[in-house]
This record gives sequence, C-alpha cells and structure tokens, in this order.
Amino acid sequence: MIEQVADPLPQAGCAKVVLELDVNNHPGVMSHICNLFARRAFNVEGILCMPVSDGRRSRIWLLVYEDQRLEQMVRQVEKLEDVLNVRRHGAEHEVFERLEGFFH
Amino acid sequence: MVQLTGAQLMARLLERQGVRTIAGLPGGAILPFYDALSASERIRHVLARHEQGAGFMAQGMARVSGVPQVCIASSGPGATNLVTAIADACLDSIPMVVITGQVPQAMIGTDAFQEVDIYGITVPITKHNFLVRSAQELLEVVPEAFRIAMSGRPGPVLIDVPKDVQTQLITVDEFPPVAVADPAPQLDIAAIEAAARMINEAERPVLYLGGGVVHAGAASLAVQLAEQGSLPTTMTLMALGAMPMDHPLSIGMLGMHGARYTNLVLEEADLLICVGARFDDRAIGRAAQFCPNARIVHIDIDRSELHKIKNAHVAIHADVKCALEALLPRVKAALRAPWLSQVASLKTRFPMQFPGEDDPRSHYGLIRAVASALDDDAIVATDVGQHQMWVAQAYPFRRPRQWLTSGGLGTMGFGLPTAIGAALAAPDRTVVCFTGDGSFKMNIQELDTLVEEGLNLKIVLMNNNALGLVYQQQALFYGKRQFASEYRREPDFVKIADGFGVPAIDLDLADDPVAALAEALQRPGPCLIHATIDREEFVYPMVPPGAANTEMIGG
Ligand SMILES: Cc1ncc(C[n+]2csc(CCOP(=O)(O)OP(=O)(O)O)c2C)c(N)n1
Ligand SMILES: [Mg+2]
Repeated sequence: MIEQVADPLPQAGCAKVVLELDVNNHPGVMSHICNLFARRAFNVEGILCMPVSDGRRSRIWLLVYEDQRLEQMVRQVEKLEDVLNVRRHGAEHEVFERLEGFFH
Repeated sequence: MVQLTGAQLMARLLERQGVRTIAGLPGGAILPFYDALSASERIRHVLARHEQGAGFMAQGMARVSGVPQVCIASSGPGATNLVTAIADACLDSIPMVVITGQVPQAMIGTDAFQEVDIYGITVPITKHNFLVRSAQELLEVVPEAFRIAMSGRPGPVLIDVPKDVQTQLITVDEFPPVAVADPAPQLDIAAIEAAARMINEAERPVLYLGGGVVHAGAASLAVQLAEQGSLPTTMTLMALGAMPMDHPLSIGMLGMHGARYTNLVLEEADLLICVGARFDDRAIGRAAQFCPNARIVHIDIDRSELHKIKNAHVAIHADVKCALEALLPRVKAALRAPWLSQVASLKTRFPMQFPGEDDPRSHYGLIRAVASALDDDAIVATDVGQHQMWVAQAYPFRRPRQWLTSGGLGTMGFGLPTAIGAALAAPDRTVVCFTGDGSFKMNIQELDTLVEEGLNLKIVLMNNNALGLVYQQQALFYGKRQFASEYRREPDFVKIADGFGVPAIDLDLADDPVAALAEALQRPGPCLIHATIDREEFVYPMVPPGAANTEMIGG
C-alpha cells in the first residue's frame, strides 16, 4: 500500500562460502534457484552444475559471500521442491579454485 | 486399462482428487481440456469474466474450504491475467492449483501467437510450478501439484500444459493414488518443553496468532492455550476470527491499524508467543522496536520464517496444531491477575474508538449494522483500502474462515470474485463483500458471473468516490497534496448493478437505513447495497510506515 521504510541493507562480508546442492535434474531447476538469489540482490559469484549418477539428479556448486542474510537464503533454497539437500563449506573448499585455470 | 487424451486424463485426475468446481475462462491453447471438462459429470465449470476473477474465485473456495481449489486459463494473456491472483495466494498461503494452456511444444520459444513463459513468470510467486512435457508426466505432476499445494505451508502451484500434451493419447493402466498432505514434521519435544517453561515463568506474556493458526485448523487449541495460561491474545489481519473478538482475553488486531492499547500491551510484554505468524511489517512496525522487552517463542510450519525478522529464543519448526497439542499439557493453569489487570487498565485508558458506531450512515455504524443483521455463519470478504481496515477493526469476527481478505499482497479487486468463490463453496451461508468504489471497479465484470450463478452474495459498497487509503496517506504524510486519489466523476453504481441484473438499494435514499439494510441482507440472492461514506473519514489509529508501533497517530 505504501512505501516501505527499512533499515539499510547489510553490507556483504568478505568471507567466501561454498554451497553444495543436490537437486532434481530438469530444465527449470536453475531458474528456481537463481531467482531466489536475484530477488534478494544477493550476488552469486560462481556457479557450477553437472548431472550426477544416472542423470536424474544434478549437483550444483555455488560460490557466495558470507553475509547476514545467508542463513535465510539457505533456508529458502532448502524449501524448493527440487532441492534435496544443501551442504555448506568454507572458502577452503577447492571446487572453484581448481577451475581458476579456465578463467585466466 | 483405458486410452485417454492428456486433457481427459487431467480431468480424471482432478475428479479423483475431489475437485467439484473449477473457475476459468477458455482460449485456444486450453480448448482440448475444456472439451474434456465438458464431458465430466462431476466437475462444474464456473465461467469468469476475467481470468483474475477466476483466480480469486478459486481462492475464495480455498479460503473457505481449506483444501486446494483449481482455476484454469489459456496461454498468453489468459495466463498473465492470473498472475495477480497467484501472487496473492502465495503471500497469504492459500492452497491453489492453477492450470494454464500453453502453445504446442514445438512452438515454445518462437514467440508463437499467445505464447508467454508463464512458467518463468510464476517462479517467484508460486510454491512450485511445472511445465508438462508429455501426457505420461501428468500422472505424476497433477497429484504432486495437489500434494505440494496442501503440504506444510499451503500455497499456489502452477501446471503449464502445452496443447500437444493435452491432445496426446496415452494408455493408462492404473491411476496414481489421490494426493494427501505430507505428514507434519517431527516435533522437537525439548523445544516444546523450553517454550512451556518460558510461558510458565513469564509474568507478562502475550499470545500472537497469525494466519497459520487458521490454516492449521488450530484456532480452538489456541483459544484453549490462552485460557489455560491467561494469555492476552492478539491476532494479525490474517488471523481474525481465530479467537472471538469479544473473548475476554482478546486484545484485538495488532499493528498499523490496531487499537492503541493493543500495541501498548505488546510494548509491555516480557514474552511473545508467536504462533503461525511471520512478523510482517504491517503487523509489527519497525522491527527493532517491536516488543522491546520480550523474549520470543516462535512456532511455524515454514522453517524459513523462524529467525527471519526477529530472532526467537525458542524456535519450533512444527505444524501449529501438533505444537499446541504438545504445549497444552505442559502449560500450567495460571491466573496472572496483575498482568490481566494491567492489560485491562491499558484497554480502558487507550481503547479502540468507533466514532459514529450507532449511525448507520457512518463507516463504523454501517459495518456494525451489517454485523447486527447477520449471525456468525455469515462469511465476510473485503476489498482493499480504508473500508477493509474499518471492517477488520469493527466487525465482530467469531470463527476462523469467517473472514476473507487480501493480507500480504493487498490486492484491490480481490473482494467480489473471492466472495463469489466463497458463495460457491458454501452455498448455504450468506456471503457479504465489503468493497470500496476504487476496488469494486477493478473486477466489476464479475457481477455478471454472480448473476449467472445466482449466489447469495451481498455487496456493501462503501463509496467515498476516492482511492481513500491513498487520499488518507497523502493527507497525513504528503502535506495534503491529494493527487490522483480523488475521482473527478462518479459512476452510478446502482444503475451499473441494474445493468447486470443485480438488485440494488441505495442506503443514502433510505428513510430507515437499518431496516432497508436488514431487509436487503435477508433477501436471498445477489444484491448491491450502496452507501456514501465521507471522504474525510480516515482509518485511525495509524502507525506511519516505518515507525514503531507505539508511534500511532489518532484514535
Ligand atoms: C491493485 C492495487 N492497486 C493499487 C493499490 C494501492 N491502493 C491501496 S488502497 C487503495 C485505494 C482503494 O480505494 P477503494 O477501493 O475505494 O477503498 P477506500 O480506501 O476508498 O475505502 C489503493 C489505490 C492496491 N492496493 N492494489
Ligand atoms: Mg473509495
């Protein structure tokens, strides 16, 4: 009805977090996940997705910056019908580091 | 073993799911399904005059019955016209299954005639959505859609069905089982015990009920908890009716247009027991200053609501009904005389005021007169604006699902089609729709549907010839610069009703408005009751947007 007056957005921290998602493999899954982040203006720094086992499932790796909203973000992701599991790793996880070669 | 088209299969699956009434509007891409529906002996189709109307009719049926209801539309503009009703259902957690036709799969992505990516459009406003790729998939997708819509926190699910899927032939050996809701999450008994301890130890607890209590069918348990622990109880807009308004422990609705004493009681609380509510900004004002002295127990079926706005000291991810059942034997009977007398004193000093409540030509008086002419069986729907808030404040709601309003999205145009849905779902009840002149004009075409269906629905039009709530905000917060909120001309609503074949009365012209009103409400069938409302009447108290709930203006 009327404009919102909210506290300023919390600044993103600088610690990196790696999220590992098990999801159903079909054409809409990525859009469901990316939408959640985009809607909250939460930048996804890195994204990687490959089918696993028989191709009915995929694994998605996301690289994000730690920020106050991350916990809420993860809970929203967990709520998605096609997301089976979310695991959280610290910046030390090497999945994105090993890909560096493709980006230089 | 039967051979069916995808469309026939969908109809069969809906029948098996118990669907008996569908609201919709046909178009090319959904015609195979309409053809299948025409052969159904169990499903009745209600033809809306605009797809948004169909969406809200399904909502009305769902809000009254508590089970998922269905609306259908064609591809392209038919589908986009449903978007507002879907978003509204999503924000208010209303179970709904939306079926849209789509262009044939081979044409998807070519900008074919009436092609829109309704799947993509509805990603953020549905609980889940599907684009069906084969008739075979329907066997799984349709029951899944119902399961998802009704499990956990309810919500809308969209199924987009390309035309070639609807016409594809499939041999069905066996129909899938009828979908049921998922079992409730495992109760964390330790958390329940911690919550009970906090309630038992609290001196100034307040019970804060949200729409989740209504969805979970837990209203009577919540009242029982309140009575056992002598807990003053406040309700959100969505929870009105969960506890009878005249219950001695009810402190009414909280928030932006709550009574002064209600918000002041919350300010004093040392424990807030939030059940199925989500700390919406219209309810709690500035979050940091809400219940500054209270510890928080938060019970919700949606885990992502816990700690979202306010950190809870005890957070319980549970079905509200299960949680209350477990809590009840652990909460000690208490009198809390000092606290209740403090609440009573705040109520005496800062009561909700209803100026003009005895004058049926004033806004509160009209609402009270309508309530007096009806009993608790009546269903009350509203549109959005000042009239909505006045009804929320003044109507004596006494049972859950008595009250249908657009809470989260605040959608003008919600009232009439939702009330039609309510009347379809509860043909033996009287349904009243309080509307404003601005809102009424947003789905006025559904008067035609109303007459066609001959429903027992009374529209009470509170006409201030203005977008009243906007006018009010401009008066209070924009230096009285009233811009684009007053209409420069006024349609003749009685004539419009007449044109649609809806009997109408004008209370302005009635010698005895109370008698005229009562007579109109008692007469079965549709009726428009027109009443002029003073444009300078505002909704008070009012918490300015972004302010703390204690910074109320007026009232
Ligand atoms: C679809 C939609 N558009 C705009 C608004 C913003 N808005 C909120 S209340 C309101 C005025 C409603 O006017 P009316 O239905 O006449 O009710 P009143 O406030 O006059 O009682 C407006 C424009 C809205 N809630 N919904
Ligand atoms: Mg108006």
